[in-house]
Amino acid sequence: MTILTLAILVGIGSFAAGLLGSLTGLGGGIIVVPMLMYVFHVDFRYAVGASLVSIIATSSGAAAAYVREGYTNVRVGILLEVGTTAGALVGGALTGIIQPSILKILFGLLLVYTIYRSRQPRAEHEILSAPDKWAERFRLDSTYPTPEGWQHYSVRNVPGGFALMFFAGILSALLGIGSGIIKVLAMDQLMRLPFKVSTTTSNFMIGVTAAAGAGVLLHLGYIDPTLAFPVMLGVLAGALLGARLLTRANVSWLRTLFTMVLVVSAVRMLYDGIRSVL
Amino acid sequence: MSKSEDRWSDHAVEQIIGRLLQLGVLIAAGVVLFGAILLLAKHGGTSAAYSQFSGEPKELRTVAGIVRAAAGMNPAAIVQFGLVLLIATPIARVGFTLVAFVLQRDRTYVAVTTLVMILLLFGLIFGRGAA
Repeated sequence: MTILTLAILVGIGSFAAGLLGSLTGLGGGIIVVPMLMYVFHVDFRYAVGASLVSIIATSSGAAAAYVREGYTNVRVGILLEVGTTAGALVGGALTGIIQPSILKILFGLLLVYTIYRSRQPRAEHEILSAPDKWAERFRLDSTYPTPEGWQHYSVRNVPGGFALMFFAGILSALLGIGSGIIKVLAMDQLMRLPFKVSTTTSNFMIGVTAAAGAGVLLHLGYIDPTLAFPVMLGVLAGALLGARLLTRANVSWLRTLFTMVLVVSAVRMLYDGIRSVL
Repeated sequence: MSKSEDRWSDHAVEQIIGRLLQLGVLIAAGVVLFGAILLLAKHGGTSAAYSQFSGEPKELRTVAGIVRAAAGMNPAAIVQFGLVLLIATPIARVGFTLVAFVLQRDRTYVAVTTLVMILLLFGLIFGRGAA
């Protein structure tokens, strides 16, 4: 295959990944790596490098809109970014040490978890609670827009959330993903932020986490410009179109399609990883 | 609340952060696209090989090397430079947030944001993890 043909096909595939990722709210990164590996036979490391830089583009684009609407909790984001960036640096240092087969198993398990979470109905929980020592120290309690006006909410379990963010940062650099699913888990389930605040703040943090990891991968030679450009431009264009269509598209069958892609990717990753370990 | 505090209110800062992110991504995407067109015009017919990992050449691995090669109109280096601009966008966002916290005289968050900035620059410049 020539570079031109590859660029066109990878560009189309990445566009589809960005579109689906933004319409389903699950992010495109998690299917870009399996797509590059299993459709285009790209080495795991090049796939991780190209995916991680493209994530910066999509998350920054989406984050811009949410920040301006007032959903994002900037203080929570910045505080937890200490955890994710430190994690991403550790993850970057580990990429050369951990066997690719182990990373594939890890990727497969994360895909399985993503499928499980995307099937769960989301329930809004109590958003006001007793004052928390850390939340007060760092002034994390805030307000967010709802149809009934600005709603106050409080934040809990900051150390727990911080620890999970460190783990999310490691996974981000190791696997070339935004690990938004882990970030949302930390904020929504552990720290008890409203769901919409959790997802938008996660998006806000993904760019910084990915930038920390991408800096390390650049030095390791994982970021190939010829492969990364169709991925970055394709995913970005797909995500921008997705954001525009979001209010009109029928998301339920797209979700099913996306889940099917995730299932196939998970099976492939786990099979590949386990086979080379045995 | 004094006037300067008002101008640097959380809401105002959020508006500027939003614009900054959009602008950064737009510029980075433009540079990447420009480099990509040059690259395809020059090497589009070459066969692509990514199934074996060999790593990028030395000059495409460091910010200084990329800037030098891009200035010499090397297409791959121009794309790589666009990707470095993309990596720099969230870093610029952190830098701006730091300035805003300094102006708000918010000592706690000046310290927190400085820490994030150090970690980010460490990764990009030294390219090493926790070592």
